[in-house]
Amino acid sequence: MTGAVLWGTVLAASVACLALKVAGHLIPEHWLADPRVSRVTSLVTVALLASLVVVQTLGEGQGLAVDARLPALAVAAIALALRAPFVVVVILAAAAAAGLRALGWG
Amino acid sequence: MRDVVRDVVRDVVRDGPPVVGDGAPACDEVSGVTRMPPHLAVRSAVRQGVSVAVATGLYGVSFGALSVAAGIGVLPTMVLSLLMFSGGSQFAVVGIVGAGGSPFAAVATAALLGARNALYGAVVTPILRVHGPRRIAAAHLTIDESTAVATGQPDAPTGGRASRTGFWVTGVGVFVLWNALTLLGALAGNAMGDPRRWGLDAAAAAAFLALVWPRLAPRSAQVVAAIAVVVSVALIPVVPAGVPVLAAAASAVVVGLVAGPKGASA
Repeated sequence: MTGAVLWGTVLAASVACLALKVAGHLIPEHWLADPRVSRVTSLVTVALLASLVVVQTLGEGQGLAVDARLPALAVAAIALALRAPFVVVVILAAAAAAGLRALGWG
Repeated sequence: MRDVVRDVVRDVVRDGPPVVGDGAPACDEVSGVTRMPPHLAVRSAVRQGVSVAVATGLYGVSFGALSVAAGIGVLPTMVLSLLMFSGGSQFAVVGIVGAGGSPFAAVATAALLGARNALYGAVVTPILRVHGPRRIAAAHLTIDESTAVATGQPDAPTGGRASRTGFWVTGVGVFVLWNALTLLGALAGNAMGDPRRWGLDAAAAAAFLALVWPRLAPRSAQVVAAIAVVVSVALIPVVPAGVPVLAAAASAVVVGLVAGPKGASA
């Protein structure tokens, strides 16, 4: 991405997110009271985040690759199961990947 | 404390916006708790807000470092934290830009992830009852954490002082710390060189996993997550970066509309 495209992306995405927040405070409450709206919204959030986990763990340009990121994700999952705080989970995953690469794998 | 908040976030996420100020059963249910003297309730809300703000602000460091590693400069990284101010959406922009996705995919994914903040807005408006410029400020501070703390206070159904205090302390606290630590992370990331050597690519994956983890309690969420994983793995090699994420979102819309409330309550 060139500088101008990157800036355009950052600004457009930021304004869109801010507009959604403002809309939530301004539009009539009953518009959002439909249970289907909240159900779909929460499921879309789950799908987006789950997909981003996959892209970030296995994506390599336009393809899939298994490397140090996959065992690092397993470490993160174990940390989450043990109820570790967010920042600890992230640091443990980074340390696992960095350690494996220092050993010459992935 | 963290567990309390995590459970509240989970409830907000699972059940969608509770009907605030309506529904007698909810009021009866909390009446035992509201016997806590008001000043103690407010103090408890402040403590909760501060601890959530510190915990959330800390991972602003990882966001700043990952954003710079993805090729987003320090200044655009700060614009994301200041203006977008929604962790999931920010990490999504970084992930998709870093993977070489299109601007459209990055903006669409960020907006779709930010849509839940609109629902939170409808939940906290009756609690806060603010107008004019403060309403815009309240909207900007409406995120997972501030909504969870505000709605988690015993006096939330009546829009009491503890829930309003909880919202503002958490929102302002997260905003200040998140931005300060994003800057720290971005500057540190700039000095670190190759992000892979430090495992920052794996840290990004772990960040998304940590964001989705507390939302996976309902059966319907587990099904949708599994579908999203399969769709993503299948599409990554054949479509441009960013598109698999949007396809996963589309599959969730279909499941949400078809499965009905029975699936959601499982």
